Amino acid sequence: MSPPLLSAHGLTKAYGSRLACAGIDLDVTEGEVLAIVGESGSGKSTLLSLLAGELAPDSGQIRYRMRDGQVRSLADLGPAELRRLMRTDWGFVRQDARQGLRMAVSAGGNVGERLMGLGERHYGRIRGQALDWLGRVEIDAGRVDDPPSQFSGGMRQRLQIARNLVTAPRLVLMDEPTSGLDVSVQARLLDLIRRLSAELGLAVVIVTHDLAVARLLSHRIAVMRAGRVIETGLTDRVLDDPEHAYTQLLVASVLAA
Amino acid sequence: MTALLTFENVAKSFTLHLRGGVVLPVVGDVSFTVAPGECVVLGGPSGAGKSSLLKMAYGNYRCDAGAIRVRDGEAVVDVVRADPRVVLALRARVIAYVSQFLRVIPRVPALDVVEAAGREGGLSEEAARARAKDLLARLNLPERLWDLPPATFSGGEQQRVNIARGLIADRPLLLLDEPTASLDAQNRAVVAELVREKLQAGAGVLGIFHDSEMRDAVATRVVDVTRFAPQARAA
Repeated sequence: MSPPLLSAHGLTKAYGSRLACAGIDLDVTEGEVLAIVGESGSGKSTLLSLLAGELAPDSGQIRYRMRDGQVRSLADLGPAELRRLMRTDWGFVRQDARQGLRMAVSAGGNVGERLMGLGERHYGRIRGQALDWLGRVEIDAGRVDDPPSQFSGGMRQRLQIARNLVTAPRLVLMDEPTSGLDVSVQARLLDLIRRLSAELGLAVVIVTHDLAVARLLSHRIAVMRAGRVIETGLTDRVLDDPEHAYTQLLVASVLAA
Repeated sequence: MTALLTFENVAKSFTLHLRGGVVLPVVGDVSFTVAPGECVVLGGPSGAGKSSLLKMAYGNYRCDAGAIRVRDGEAVVDVVRADPRVVLALRARVIAYVSQFLRVIPRVPALDVVEAAGREGGLSEEAARARAKDLLARLNLPERLWDLPPATFSGGEQQRVNIARGLIADRPLLLLDEPTASLDAQNRAVVAELVREKLQAGAGVLGIFHDSEMRDAVATRVVDVTRFAPQARAA
């Protein structure tokens, strides 16, 4: 069996005396969705920033299996190598689309920009791929020249997904991608994420406070509290037969619809 | 011949941390097997732990002790201790679980729900499509419903979608938790026929059927769950 695509060992990060992440171990591989759940302040967003290389850990390390099959420690990659990885092999879908998109640039430009980062310069090909991806995330081709500032919240999130997936990444990090959306919009987005991640065999790490989202999308789950992973395993097992007192509280606190 | 499913001295309890850590014993010392072609029906009153046993075999519930061995081709996997990825692989290839409830993504049409389950179970797109249609037709789900999401269906209609989804792929071990609870006699007979076809093809079934007609139609053996009632521990 090949090693996991991404693995973290003993990841620790403190803000002053407060431990945001304390000795986190996790791994994810192709075709697998890992959900990180927990309440505000549990450290789940810090963890995602650490995994994305946006934040340097105080200790611990992150290893990644590169496209050539070599497993490298992210700390050993040069800035140029790391940037290239982020732009091509990784995607990051953010809760606030304004942080993940260029709001004044056209939808087509938002998708094309990642391709240009890969060195693609042929306008027709870039536009063709952008249109193809807009179609795959169910955005009408007639909107290709409109900027996302004119899009609804759900459309912006779908555009973010297109922008990230156009370079055929293997790993996609998602930070609360569906929160703040109307439920009908949420259902459509969840369906899209699930379908694309399965079709493309993506490794996905998704941070969410919504256990229903975790259940629908993820294969495995890690429950965080006060900077630690307190319970982890098969998603349906952890949610249906939670072992830890805090997980039992989380599961019991969800309103059944 | 090796059994498809073996419970070995399995025990299970729930610890309710939100209720001051009270421990609810469910079952203890559970041992039995399911062989290919065999339909073992769990008997006993509600609350005896029948559904819990199915959920443990599916890896959905943890166990406190013992082993639950599932045959996967030449290999045997202990679901109790297996890595989550191994359990997921078993579910994809070996174990089908059909409950009374349909849990699906909101806006996906019924036919696609069933077809997707077929593809996840290893069928080609064409084969999955053809089988999905065949199953829904056999289960008398009106064709006008096939392109609609099941959320608005009646209980019985949802249950038939769920059965089609559970039975579409050729998995050798079926866990059936009252799949016919809200079906009429005609559709129960269809389900009994589908189950018998699976048994003839060499599958093993572990099931719960409250309806005695259904039970008599498919059971090769009944295991009384009350004999696994957990013994009060000596103080």
